[in-house]
This record gives sequence, structure tokens and C-alpha cells, in this order.
Amino acid sequence: MSTSAEASRAGTPEIPDSKSRAWGLAHHFESFAQQQEASYLGMWLFLVQEIMFFGGLFLAYIVYRTGHPEAFTSGSHELDITLGGINTVVLIASSLTMALAVWAAQKGRSKGIVVFIILTILLGGVFLGIKTVEYSHKWHEHHVPGPHFEWDGPDAPHVQMFFNLYFAMTGLHALHMVVGMALLAVIAVWAWRGAFTKENHNLIEGIGLYWHFVDIVWIFLFPLLYLLGRNGV
Amino acid sequence: MSAEPTGRTHYLNADYGVKSWLLTIDHKRIAILYLISITVFFALGGLMAVLMRLELATPVGDMVQPDTYNRLFTMHGVLMVFFFLLPSIPAVLGNFLLPLMIGAKDLAFPKINLASWYIYSIGGLFTLWSMLHGGVDTGWTFYTPFSTAFSNTYVISTAVGVFITGFSSILTGLNFIVTIHRMRAPGLTWFRLPLFVWAHYATSLVMVLGTPVLAITIFLLGLERLFHIGIFDPALGGDPVLFQPMGWVYSHPAVYILVLPSMGVVSEIVTAFSRKRIFGYKFVAYASVAIAVLGFLVWGHHMFVSSQSPYAGVIFSFLSMLVAVPSAIKVFNWTATLYEGSISWDTPMLYALGFIGLFTIGGLTGVMLATLGIDIHVHDTYFVVAHFHYIMVGGALMGYLGGMHFWWPKITGRMYPIFWSKLSALVIFIGFNLTFLPQFLLGYLGMPRRYHAYPEDFQVLNVMSSAGASILGIGYLIPLVYFIWSMRYGKRAEDNPWDAFGLEWETSSPPPTHNFLETPTVSLEAYDYADREEKRRAAEVSASGAVEPG
Amino acid sequence: MSDHEQVTGVGAYVVVFLALMVLTSLTVGAAFVDLGPFNDVVALAIAFTKATLVVLIFMHVRHASRLTKITVVAGFLWLLILFGITLTDYFSRGFLG
Repeated sequence: MSTSAEASRAGTPEIPDSKSRAWGLAHHFESFAQQQEASYLGMWLFLVQEIMFFGGLFLAYIVYRTGHPEAFTSGSHELDITLGGINTVVLIASSLTMALAVWAAQKGRSKGIVVFIILTILLGGVFLGIKTVEYSHKWHEHHVPGPHFEWDGPDAPHVQMFFNLYFAMTGLHALHMVVGMALLAVIAVWAWRGAFTKENHNLIEGIGLYWHFVDIVWIFLFPLLYLLGRNGV
Repeated sequence: MSAEPTGRTHYLNADYGVKSWLLTIDHKRIAILYLISITVFFALGGLMAVLMRLELATPVGDMVQPDTYNRLFTMHGVLMVFFFLLPSIPAVLGNFLLPLMIGAKDLAFPKINLASWYIYSIGGLFTLWSMLHGGVDTGWTFYTPFSTAFSNTYVISTAVGVFITGFSSILTGLNFIVTIHRMRAPGLTWFRLPLFVWAHYATSLVMVLGTPVLAITIFLLGLERLFHIGIFDPALGGDPVLFQPMGWVYSHPAVYILVLPSMGVVSEIVTAFSRKRIFGYKFVAYASVAIAVLGFLVWGHHMFVSSQSPYAGVIFSFLSMLVAVPSAIKVFNWTATLYEGSISWDTPMLYALGFIGLFTIGGLTGVMLATLGIDIHVHDTYFVVAHFHYIMVGGALMGYLGGMHFWWPKITGRMYPIFWSKLSALVIFIGFNLTFLPQFLLGYLGMPRRYHAYPEDFQVLNVMSSAGASILGIGYLIPLVYFIWSMRYGKRAEDNPWDAFGLEWETSSPPPTHNFLETPTVSLEAYDYADREEKRRAAEVSASGAVEPG
Repeated sequence: MSDHEQVTGVGAYVVVFLALMVLTSLTVGAAFVDLGPFNDVVALAIAFTKATLVVLIFMHVRHASRLTKITVVAGFLWLLILFGITLTDYFSRGFLG
């Protein structure tokens, strides 16, 4: 399959009818390069959208944190810095395996893609597992906002606001990971069946960008939620 | 597609049946799907407006309950803004025309394009469901804490509808940006693009950058209302006013999503019916982008009286006035294009000229509202209502109708009746002004918006407004009837009935499924009417010269 | 990525991964040192550096077209606009006392 694709790339830039078109090249694109550029740009625009989507939450965080620094500090002291730290390492490692999956795709190694994607999914699973442990701690400590929220210290409403934002931000982040893992699972199956070639692996690139973006969100969430205000103790 | 001599195959008759429409990935068919959906929502939203104007014909609240009135204006706003105006020009005309105008076979992501229509429809169904169950009464802006803590209407399902529809808008914008960057025909450089494309590029930027902020805001609102764990509730340590900046970060730029495409349409029409290159092409093009960018910096003018810092108020006031500059550049350039043009008064031109006039009034009153002192006086009065209707209806909707009349022959391959269409343009213009000019006066005299009853002093102006609304309603019905009529009985349209400039006119009407039989190449600047005339004349001369000696 | 010629090698990925690990330990360590107001600055600066590394290397923006670079920068710029302009309001509310 790669030979016909290469022939069409090397040959005339215009591919008139559908029969002679390379496998995987959509009808409205002239070449793989055009298709790939389009999908890369499209994915980045989607991520820009994601930046703004999370941005609203970060904005709320900044507004409330600057307004009530003490409450937020005492809230973040309740978070487990070890678990958060381990999760940071795990997630960055999953970004590495994701990058290697894309690398394998660029080299046209289907098995490599499958192995690295499975590793990525596993690391994502570890992250979510640790997150679940953290969430259940919070549940038992009555730090989940809502009617069962309990706080002995001062300024309970704004500490609750901290946990509100903590759950909203990490929850939305976790949701993005679940979606990413589901997509990765589908792609692993397709890669196993040999659906991706050196020329045509836009989907892996795209999902890779998405996964790295989720990683970046965590890179900011970790210091903002777990670390700020620790120096006071 | 092989062209047969008798019945030519085009996108409309290439395939039949419901499935061929619901599973189509042809941008032209998806545009038609959008056209049908938004027309339904427009009719519903219009109905709400009719009921409101009927209630306001008399000073006492005698026709509907106050609660019902609150739901009417809310649903009118939600339907018109999110389900009609936002998708109107981009999703119908933009979807149909962008690939044609840039010589592409389709948008960059045809399946995402179809998906965005489905997302839009699902969001629409949520909203319709809430409407049928009693609607929502928070106003289309869903201000907290009323929307989270007090309203006992269907806030959640409506908000979910708006949230979902937002993603259709994001995907459309994303699709357009990639298409404009990556799918242009050979020779079609950025400064040869039709201004319609520039306008849609700027619009798409706003869609992609702004909409997600509204999405997260509505998401948080939903969390708070459902689980009482939101971030806006003072009881939970929240600031209810934080909802306003987060909402307006999108909702103000959204106004530019409405009006920028309309400006693009007007640029096309004004040049086509003045037979001139647009005055100051680059200024008009850059003005679109400038409006899109500046549009993000002005939302504070919605919060002059809601605990915003007075210092921020001054900054936002200044920035809001700044948006008037690129807007004025456009208006001046259209006017300058008319100067010494050979103007013809076809229906699209009537709408475009109507747009220029009404948008100017809307824009200038916008500058008034951006002025801190005046805004505090007329805040939340009918002055504001009149102002944004001049932008949204006088601007966006006039542009949409102008565009529909301009490209209808291309979309359907049929002409609409000329007399009736010119009449409709006139009726709409008169009806619109009669509806909304009195509202400026009402607002200035101090009549607040969103009330179902008012003091008797205001009745004369309110009756004028209601009378105008009924004229406006008839004005909208006329095109609806003759557009449908023309699909079967209209005269067959030529490929280029207006003798207009642009790639979309070079393919047949209606276009074939893949738009062009072969990818076109572009060697002329946009709207180069003069040069084209010259070339035509030269061709005629050489043709006659070649014949005569033989 | 827009060019097939520039395939980032495994080595670069591993180096970036190690750098990210070092930065993570650095940020955790710095959090417990009292730097006054600079704790926040350091934490955010490190997070920003990490994010930049991921964007440039893992996400291939280093070798991407100018258009992609502009898109990425625009995304973050808009975020800053969102923050900046909102905080102008919130931070100046107390000025009048």
C-alpha cells in the first residue's frame, strides 16, 4: 500500500479520479501533504479551543485565589503532594510513550505504534487510579463540596471554593483523559490492523497532540493546586 | 460526474432520498440542512417577538402573565441569538460558498461539518424540549444568581442546549480556518480572496477563541444548579458577578460573529452592483480582523453598573469606542465604492444599502452606549434593546437576507420574482425602522426593558413599535413564500445572473457535487470588474477582427 | 507536522522527559523554600518551562510551519488577554476604597 501512496506523492500533484487515488487520501484533498497540514492545523485549532475552555476555570481560580489566599492555602495543604507528584511523573511518562507512538508511526512501524499506545493507556490508567484514591480520601474527609462538606478552620466557604475548583479542574482534566484513552484504544486496534502508513497517520498525530495538551494542563494544575502556599509552613 | 445534455447532474439531483441528505458530507447539502433548521428557529423566535409586541400594545399587562412574558423574551433571545443569528450566515451561506469561492471541492473536514449540524440540531432539540415544557425566564444571558439559585424554570436543559450548540459553532469555525488556509485554489493569494472569505476568517477566529469560554461558564452554571457546588454562589464563597465577565467574554464577541459575515456579504453585493473594485480592499480585509480582535477587549461595557471597577470601566469605554474605527472604515469604504459606480438596484443591493444605513445607526448608538455617563442613564432601557436590534437585525439579518437573494440563484438554480423581492426589501426596511426607532426614544425617556407593562405616557411609541413589528413580520413572510415558490416555478437561473465577480459564479448553477469540473486557477485581483470589462472588450474586438477579413 | 523530513529522534524525547522530571522535582523542592512572593513566580515559571518543552518537542512545534507556531502563540496570548483584562477589573476594584 505504501508503494502506491509513494507513487502518487512523487508523481503528478493532481489526482483526477477516485480509482487511482492513494488509499487514505480523502476526495477533496490534492495530496497527502495538504491533507496532513490540514489535519495538523485543525487539531491545533481544536487545542486552542481547549486552552480557552480550561482558561475559564483558571480565570475563576486566579480571581478567587487572589481574593482569598489564606483559605486557598489551607485548602491546598489538604492535598497529598506525594500522590500528586507521582501522578505528575506518570502523566509525563505517558506523554513520552505517546511521543514515541507518533515516532513509530512516522517510521511506519505498526507494532511499535500498538506497543507505545498500550503503554500510554496503561500509564493513563495508573494516573486515574491514583486520582481515584485521592478523590476517595477527600470523600472520607468530607472535603467534597456540597451538603456534606465539613471544615473546622476559619473561612469555610472559601476553603470550599478551593475544593470546588479542585474538583472542577481535576475532574474536567480526568474526563479529558478518559476520552483520550478511549480514542487511543480505538487507534491501537486500527494500528494493529495496519491502518496507518508513513504518509497517512494524521489520526495518531492528532490524538498525540491532544494527549500532550492534557499533560500540559496537568503541568499547570499540579503547582497551582498542590504546591502554592506550601512555603508558609 | 458526466454532464448530460438534457438534465445536468448537480448537487441537488445527484442523489435522492432522506438518507442522501442526512448522511451527506457535501458542504452545499449541509448548508441546506442548516438553512431549514435555522428557518424553523427563526420562525419560533419571531413568534415570541410577535407575542411580546402584542402584549406591549397596551400599557397594562393584560395578555400574558408577567412570568410568561419573562419566558417569551428569554426564549426569543436564546432562539434568535444561539439558534438563528450565530449559525445564519456562516453555517448557511459560509458553508455553501467558502469552498466555491476559494475553488475547493469541499471544506477541509466534511465529516466534521456534518457532525456540527447534528450537534447544532441536538442542542436545538434540548432547547425546544425546554420550551415545550414551559421555557426559561432568566434572559438569554443566564445571569447568576437568578439562574442558579432562584429561577424555577428549565434553565438546565436550555443551558445544555446552548452548551452543545456552542461546539457546533466551534467546529464550523475550525473547519473554515483550516479550509481558508489550506484549500485555496492555485493563484488565489490572501489578497485576492473575496472579502466574504476574509470576514468568515475573522468570524471563525472569534468562534474558536470565544465560544469555549461560554461553554465552561455554562458548564459551571449547570454544576451549581444541579449539585450546588458551583463557583458563583455567595453561600459557597462565590462571587455571582463573576458570571458576567465570563459570560460576556464570549457573548460580546458573539455580536461580531453575527455582524462580520454580514459585512462580508455586503462587500460582495456592493461591488457586484456598483461594478467596481472595492475601495481600499486591504483596509476592509484588515478591518474584519481588527474587529474580531478588538471585539474581545470590550465586554466590560456590559458591566458599567454591575460592580465593575470604575477604572476598568474607563478602559473598557475607551476600547469599545475603538471598535468603531474599523467598523467605520468599512462603512466609508462601501460608500466610496458606490461613488461613481454604475449602480443597479437589484434586490440584493437594496438589502445591502439597507444594511449600511441601519448598521451605521446601530454602530453610532453603540458608541453612545460605550460612553460611561450615557450608559449609566440608559442602561437596561429600550435604548439598549433598540441599539442591539439595529446591529443584530438591521445588520446581521439584513446581510443574511441580502446574501440569500444574491446567491439564491446559485444555491437553487432558480430566480425569485423580482417585484416581490424588491417589495419585501422595502417592507422590511420600513417595518424595521418603525419597530425600533421608537424604542430609542422609549429608552431615552426611561422605559426599562423586560417589563410586560408600562406607564400610559409610553403608549404612542409602543403602538408604533408594535405596528412596525407586524409590518416587519409580513416583510419576512414574503421572501419565505417566494423562495419556496421559486424552487419549483422560478425562472431557471444562469450560471452568473448578476454578471458578478468570483469563482462561485464560474461554476454552474446549481454547482456540481464537487463544485468545479476542474480545479480553477486565479490570475485576477478580487472584484476586478474594470479589468474584466476591458478584457471582454478586447476579446470582442479581436473576435470581430478575426471574422471580418475572412 | 508539516514536513516529513524532520522526524524528532527518540534521543530528543528521552532528554526532554528527563528534563521534565528534573523540573518537576525542582518545583516540588522550591515549594517548600520560603521565597516570599516569588514562590508563585518560581512555580509558574517552572510550569511554563515544562509546558514549553512539551509544546516544542513532544508536539513538534519546533519543526512546524510558521502558521502552526502563530496558532499556538495566539492560543496562549488569548488566554493572557482573558486573564489580564478580567483582572484589571478585579484588582482595581479596591482603588476607590
